[in-house]
Amino acid sequence: MIKFVLMVNRQGQTRLSRYYHSVELSRRAALEADVVRYCLSRKKDQCSFVEYKDFKLVYRQYAALYIVVGITDSELSIYELVHNFVEVLDKYFSRVIMFNLDRVHIILDEMIQNGHIVETNKSRILAPLTTIDKMVDS
Amino acid sequence: MPAVSKGDGMRGLAVFISDIRNCKSKEAEIKRINKELANIRSKFKGDKALDGYSKKKYVCKLLFIFLLGHDIDFGHMEAVNLLSSNKYTEKQIGYLFISVLVNSNSELIRLINNAIKNDLSSRNPTFMCLALHCIANVGSREMAEAFASEIPRILVAGDTMDSVKQSAALCLLRLYKTSPDLVLMGEWTSRVVHLLNDQHMGVVTAAISLITCLSQKNPDEFKTCVSLAVSRLSRIVSSASTDLQDYTYYFVPAPWLSCKLLRLLQCYPPPEDGAVKGRLVECLETILNKAQEPPKSKKVQHSNAKNAILFEAISLIIHYDSEPNLLVRACNQLGQFLQHRETNLRYLALESMCTLASSEFSHEAVKTHIETVINALKTERDVSVRQRAADLLYAMCDRSNAKQIVAEMLSYLETADYSIREEMVLKVAILAEKYAVDYSWYVDTILNLIRIAGDYVSEEVWYRVIQIVINRDDVQGYAAKTVFEALQAPACHENMVKVGGYILGEFGNLIAGDPRSSPLVQFNLLHSKFHLCSVPTRALLLSAYIKFINLFPETKATIQEVLRCDSQIRNSDVELQQRAVEYLKLSSIASTDVLATVLEEMPPFPERESSILAKLKKKKGPGAVSVTELDDSKREAGELNGGADRGPDTASTPSPSADLLGIRSAAPVGAAQTNAGSLLVDVFSDSGPAAPSAAVNDDGFLRFVCKNNGVLFENQLLQIGIKSEYRQNLGRMYLFYGNKTSVQFASFSTTVSCPGELQLNVQSKPVEPLVEGGAQIQQVLNIECITDFCDAPLLNIKFSRYGGALQNLTLKLPVTINKFFQPTEMSSSDFFQRWKQLSQPQQEAQKIFKANHSMDTEVLKAKLLGLGTALLDNVDPNPENYVCAGVIQTKGQQIGCLLRLEPNAQAQMYRLTLRCSKDTVSKRLCELLAQQF
Repeated sequence: MIKFVLMVNRQGQTRLSRYYHSVELSRRAALEADVVRYCLSRKKDQCSFVEYKDFKLVYRQYAALYIVVGITDSELSIYELVHNFVEVLDKYFSRVIMFNLDRVHIILDEMIQNGHIVETNKSRILAPLTTIDKMVDS
Repeated sequence: MPAVSKGDGMRGLAVFISDIRNCKSKEAEIKRINKELANIRSKFKGDKALDGYSKKKYVCKLLFIFLLGHDIDFGHMEAVNLLSSNKYTEKQIGYLFISVLVNSNSELIRLINNAIKNDLSSRNPTFMCLALHCIANVGSREMAEAFASEIPRILVAGDTMDSVKQSAALCLLRLYKTSPDLVLMGEWTSRVVHLLNDQHMGVVTAAISLITCLSQKNPDEFKTCVSLAVSRLSRIVSSASTDLQDYTYYFVPAPWLSCKLLRLLQCYPPPEDGAVKGRLVECLETILNKAQEPPKSKKVQHSNAKNAILFEAISLIIHYDSEPNLLVRACNQLGQFLQHRETNLRYLALESMCTLASSEFSHEAVKTHIETVINALKTERDVSVRQRAADLLYAMCDRSNAKQIVAEMLSYLETADYSIREEMVLKVAILAEKYAVDYSWYVDTILNLIRIAGDYVSEEVWYRVIQIVINRDDVQGYAAKTVFEALQAPACHENMVKVGGYILGEFGNLIAGDPRSSPLVQFNLLHSKFHLCSVPTRALLLSAYIKFINLFPETKATIQEVLRCDSQIRNSDVELQQRAVEYLKLSSIASTDVLATVLEEMPPFPERESSILAKLKKKKGPGAVSVTELDDSKREAGELNGGADRGPDTASTPSPSADLLGIRSAAPVGAAQTNAGSLLVDVFSDSGPAAPSAAVNDDGFLRFVCKNNGVLFENQLLQIGIKSEYRQNLGRMYLFYGNKTSVQFASFSTTVSCPGELQLNVQSKPVEPLVEGGAQIQQVLNIECITDFCDAPLLNIKFSRYGGALQNLTLKLPVTINKFFQPTEMSSSDFFQRWKQLSQPQQEAQKIFKANHSMDTEVLKAKLLGLGTALLDNVDPNPENYVCAGVIQTKGQQIGCLLRLEPNAQAQMYRLTLRCSKDTVSKRLCELLAQQF
C-alpha cells in the first residue's frame, strides 16, 4: 500500500504532496522535511529504497525534481510506477508542471487511489484530461 | 502534444504561482501568501456573488497555498458549492479541495454527501468517478452510512462503465476498512471475485486491491479467487492473452497487475486443486525462466519491470515454502543478483534471501553465497545495503558457519555506521550465545564486543555474559583470566570494568595461584580503574572489593584502608558512602564464617529466554513512533494487544538489576542477601509482597458512582472490567480480569477486604491461579449492605509474570452507599412535606461547587437516574432544578433521602442539598455526588 507521494525539488521545497492516510498538517511538514533529508543526501550509487520508521521510501530523481513514495509493499514495482507516472506527465505537459498542479493531481488520482494502483495504461490515465481539453477546444 | 497553457488555464493563478516562485525569501513568500489570503477572504465575503470560474480560481489558490504547507481555515463552503457545478473542471477542483482538506469529521459532510448523491445518480461516468474518488479519499463514517449499500451495486452492475468500476472498487475498499460493519457481505461478493475475469485490465487492477483486503479478513468466503487469479496470471505470463491492450510496459506484459495477482495469492496456502497448482507452478517456472532469457530491451525500465514480477514470484514461493525445486531456483536467481551492478537489485536480493534462509529447503543453498554476502558487508558503499547484508548473515548463520560469521561481523563493527552498531552488537551477542560450542569462544566474543563497540553494548549483553559464566563452571576460570588480561589495556571501556569487577569478585580465586594475577595485583588493577568510572560502576566495584575480602583474607587490610579513606566513607553520593560504611563495618565485625555466608558465590541463574533476544525483538517491533499510527492494520484489536504486549516497559520485565550482588537501595547487606538468592532483583517492581499498596484508582472509583458497568482499571498488563446489579440491600458484582500480555500470569489471587466494622459483607470464591496470555477470567462477588457505610471495600490483586516480579495492586471497588437506593415516586406536596420534616441541621448536607462536566440537561438526568433515586418532575417550582427521592436499604434499616440540585448555568456552578433521615448518609452522599457533576 502506498502511504504518500511527494514531489520535491532539490532545495527541499514540496511541489506536490498526496497522502493516502491522514497525517496532520503540522506533522506533514516535519515528515516531508525528514523524508527529503533522507533522500537528497544520498548519492547516485546508493540504492533507491530507504527504510524509514516502519515503512519504506522509494525515490527517483529527475533532474532537479525528486519523487518520493512511502510504501509498505514491493519496492521495485513502485519504483517503475514512478517512472510510468513521469512518462505520463511528459506525454501530457510541454511546460512547467507547477502551473498545472491541478492536472498533475488528476493524473495521479487516475493512477493511484486510496493508496492502491488502479490504472497503468497511459492513454486511459489521460482520458479525463483529454476530455476536458476537447471541451475547452470546442 | 497538447500544450497546456490554454484559455482554461487560470491566469490569476499562474501569476500568483510565479510570484511565489520568484520570492527570494521565506518571509517574502509568507507576505505574498498573506496578501493573497486576505484578497480571497474579501472576495468570498463580498456582496457580489462570484461566478463558478472565480470560485474555482480562488479555491485553487487556496489549495496551492495549502500544498505549500500553510493552514487553510476557510473556503470549504465555496469548495462545496463548486461540487454542484456542471462544469467538470469546477467540480473537479471542488472535489480535490475536499479530499485534500476536509477531514472525516467535518460538519460539511452532510452537504458533501448530497452533492455526491447527485453525482452518483447522474449517469455521467466522469462525475460518478469524481464522487467515488471523494468517498474513497474522505471515507468518513457518515459517508459509509450514506453509501455503503449503494457502492457494491454500482461495482457489479453490468452496465457500469469500466472507469467507474475501478473507482467503485477502491471506494468500497476504503469503506470496508473504515466501517466494516456497514459493508454487508451479500450477493455482490461472489460477483466481485469474478471481476478478476473482467476483460478490462484496469478493472482487474483496481478490483484486486479490494479482493486482497476482503480475502485477508474472510479467507474462506473468497477462496474462489485463487483459481481465478492463477488463470489470469497464467494468461498474462504466457502472453497468451490478446487483451493486454496498452498494459505492456517496455515489453513486459502488465507488470503491476502481475505483481498484484502474486500478492493476492500470498493471502492463501498453496492451491489444493492439483490442476490449479500445476498451472501456478508452471507460471512461477516461466517467470524464473524469463529472468534467464536475454532482455528484450536494453532499457532499465524493462528489466526493472521484469524483476518486480520476479521478486513478487519469489515472495510467493517463499510463502508456500513447499516446493524445494522452486526454492532452490529462487535462491540461485537471487545469488546472481547479489553481484548485479544495479544497487537496487543487490539490495532486494539480500532482503529476499533473508527470508529464504529460514526455509529448511533453501537454507543450505543460501549458505553457499556466504562469501559474496561477507564481501557485500565489507565493500558496499550504501549503508542500507550493508545493513541488509548483515541481516542476511545473521539469518544464514548456523553451527557450521557461526565462527566465521561472528568474526566477520566483529571486524565489520570496527568501521560500522553508528546507526546500526547497537543492532549489530545484539546480533553478534545472540549468535555467539546460540551457537557457542565451547564457552571460552563465547566469552572471547563478548569481551571483543565490549572492546570494539563498548558504547553500544547494552546492559542486557553484559548481564547475559555474567549469567552464563555464573551458570557454567567450566568457563569461569577462563573468563577470569580473560577479563584480567582485557583489563590490562591502558584504556578499557567501562562495561569491561563492570564485567571484570563482577567476574573477578566471584571467580578471582581461580587465577590467584599465578603470581602475575595474585589477589593484590587483581585488586590494584580493578582499583586503578575506579576513579574513571561512573557511580553505578563504582558501587559494583565496592561490592567486588568486599567479595575480595572474603576470597582473599590477605587483601583485607588494603581494602579496608581504601574503604576507610575519605573519598569513600565521606563520598557525596549516598549510595557509595553507605556501601563504604557498611562494607567496612561488615569486614571488621563479622567473623570469617559469617562473612563467608553473606558473601557466598552467586547461585546459578534460572534458565530463560535470552534477555538479549527479547531486546532485539523489541527493537524490531513496530514500536517506534511513526506517521502510520492510523495504519489500518493497527486498528485490529489483535494488533493492539500485540502492541501492548511488546510495550511492557522494562518496569515489569524482571530485568537483571544493575547491581548484580543484589544490594541496592541501601538495604543492610544481610537482608539484601536473601533477595540476591532470588537472582537478579527487579529493582522496579514493588519488592516483596509487602504492605498493601495504596489504592490506585480513585478516578476510576468515582466514575462508577452513577453507573454499574465499565472498565474499572487498566494498565499495560491487566484490564479489569466490572458489571454489577443491586436489589434492596443485596448486590452482585462480576469482575473480569483480562491478561493483556501474551505471557501467562501465575499465582493470580485476589482478596477483598472491607474497612470499617461490619458495614458490608462481601463474599467471593477464589479465582483460578493461572491466567493465560490474552485470556480473561471472571469472579463473582456477593455483597450485602449491613448498615450505611463510607469506605469502599478494597480489592487486592497479586500475580507474577515469568515467575518473576510479583505484581501487587489494590483497587477500591466501586461499591457506594447509593447503590442500595430504591427510587421513590412522590408528588410535589409530599416531597416538600418530607423536606420540612428533615429539617434538623445535621440531617442536611449542602455543597456549592463548580461544574466539572457538561451541564447539559440530558447528561444530568442520566446521571441522577444512574444514582438510583427517582427523578421527580414538576416538583421544584424552578424548572431548572432537579429533585430526587429514594430510600437506602440496609439490612437493619431504611434511610429516606431527598436531593435537590440547583444548577447555575451562567456561573457554571451547582448547589447540591441533601436531606436524609440519617446524618452520616447525608454527608457521604453529598461528598460522593459533589464530584460527579
